[in-house]
Amino acid sequence: MSDKEWPLYEVFIRSKAGLSHRHAGSVHAADDQMALDHARDTYTRRSEGVSLWVVRSSEIIASDPKETAAFFEPAEDKIYRHPTFYKIPDGVDNL
Amino acid sequence: MYTQGLDQKGQQGDDRKPVESAEQLAAFQARVDAEEKIEAKDWMPEAYRRTLVRQISQHAHSEIIGMQPEGNWLTRAPTLKRKAILLAKVQDEAGHGLYLYSAGETLGTSRDEMVGDLLSGKAKYSSIFNYPTLSWADIGAIGWLVDGAAIMNQIPLCRCSYGPYARAMVRVCKEESFHQRQGFDIMYELSRGTPEQQAMAQDALNRWWWPSIMMFGPNDSASRHSAQSMAWKIKRFSNDELRQKFIDVTVPQAEFLGLKVPDDDLEFDEASGHYTFGEIDWNEFSQVIAGNGPCNKQRLARRRKAHDDGAWVREAARAYAEKQAARKAA
Repeated sequence: MSDKEWPLYEVFIRSKAGLSHRHAGSVHAADDQMALDHARDTYTRRSEGVSLWVVRSSEIIASDPKETAAFFEPAEDKIYRHPTFYKIPDGVDNL
Repeated sequence: MYTQGLDQKGQQGDDRKPVESAEQLAAFQARVDAEEKIEAKDWMPEAYRRTLVRQISQHAHSEIIGMQPEGNWLTRAPTLKRKAILLAKVQDEAGHGLYLYSAGETLGTSRDEMVGDLLSGKAKYSSIFNYPTLSWADIGAIGWLVDGAAIMNQIPLCRCSYGPYARAMVRVCKEESFHQRQGFDIMYELSRGTPEQQAMAQDALNRWWWPSIMMFGPNDSASRHSAQSMAWKIKRFSNDELRQKFIDVTVPQAEFLGLKVPDDDLEFDEASGHYTFGEIDWNEFSQVIAGNGPCNKQRLARRRKAHDDGAWVREAARAYAEKQAARKAA
């Protein structure tokens, strides 16, 4: 058998309950369980996490940076979605 | 732990001219100048990508090879406490290597390719790891001086323009401080010990001082790619600036330990507020980089052997994963 590389997994850590998982880096592993073990040993040696997600890097669908402007354009001209768009008359509080 | 200005000395493979328009290059430079971070899939000049792959992979290799000189003392640490600490430190070095390979892979170079370049001798790693660890005090000196020098180098890298590298460095720097303090702690204890222990600490400082200040790379005047790396904000301070900073903070620590820095020309210059120091033996530096240091052959041979000896484990794990996947599918 050839010495071909183990698949790459992206690692996400929840640092404590109440916070979202956050991308930390990646590890190589032969299978899912090994990916979790490697992620633990590589990224949480100092109690950085209470929960880990790993996902095959090849399974991630990403937006294309070359298309960033066009892709996110629909939000650009909708400034009325922000509260700062609205003028509050003097004398109105708690709004 | 350790990055070094190895890429500053004329290396091969930089002369290909990719097709990049002046507009693309200017737009990229404008992003960098505006302190925007460059992310993995963003457009970047090929030379920027190559510089990063080289620097990040050399940095990763240094962490991996760096486990050897310290691993040498794991079985002979003087107490269980020291042994547990050293084990944790050596494990951190493996972790740092892995964070960095992970950052390097985002640039489109596979882990296998980077590791292959290390094993074939094509890729460099920090010159410092080609010196032997002859006594327990060397473990103290490495933590204090080598990791100290590494911190000086790495703190600015946390603000590097390439996002994945900068994020990996934040992680590394958090852990590096433990490394330096555990080293100083060893030196502190030895310096307050028996005359033999004090002599051991002094001997370690004598041997590690000059190689440590060489870690910052060649003088700025001899540094080939520095200006470009600065413009790209991969590098934030010059080799000489960082070296000076390191010497300025480290000499008083040596004095505190009652140890003498092995440099007769070292003196404090009141006017500038900096230490002036003697001439570095750049011939020794070039020799070690070129593969002729005291331990170059041994380090690489050991890494190759570990890689080869682990081949059956990698194969078995993959075969097991394939079998499990086939069972699941059936």
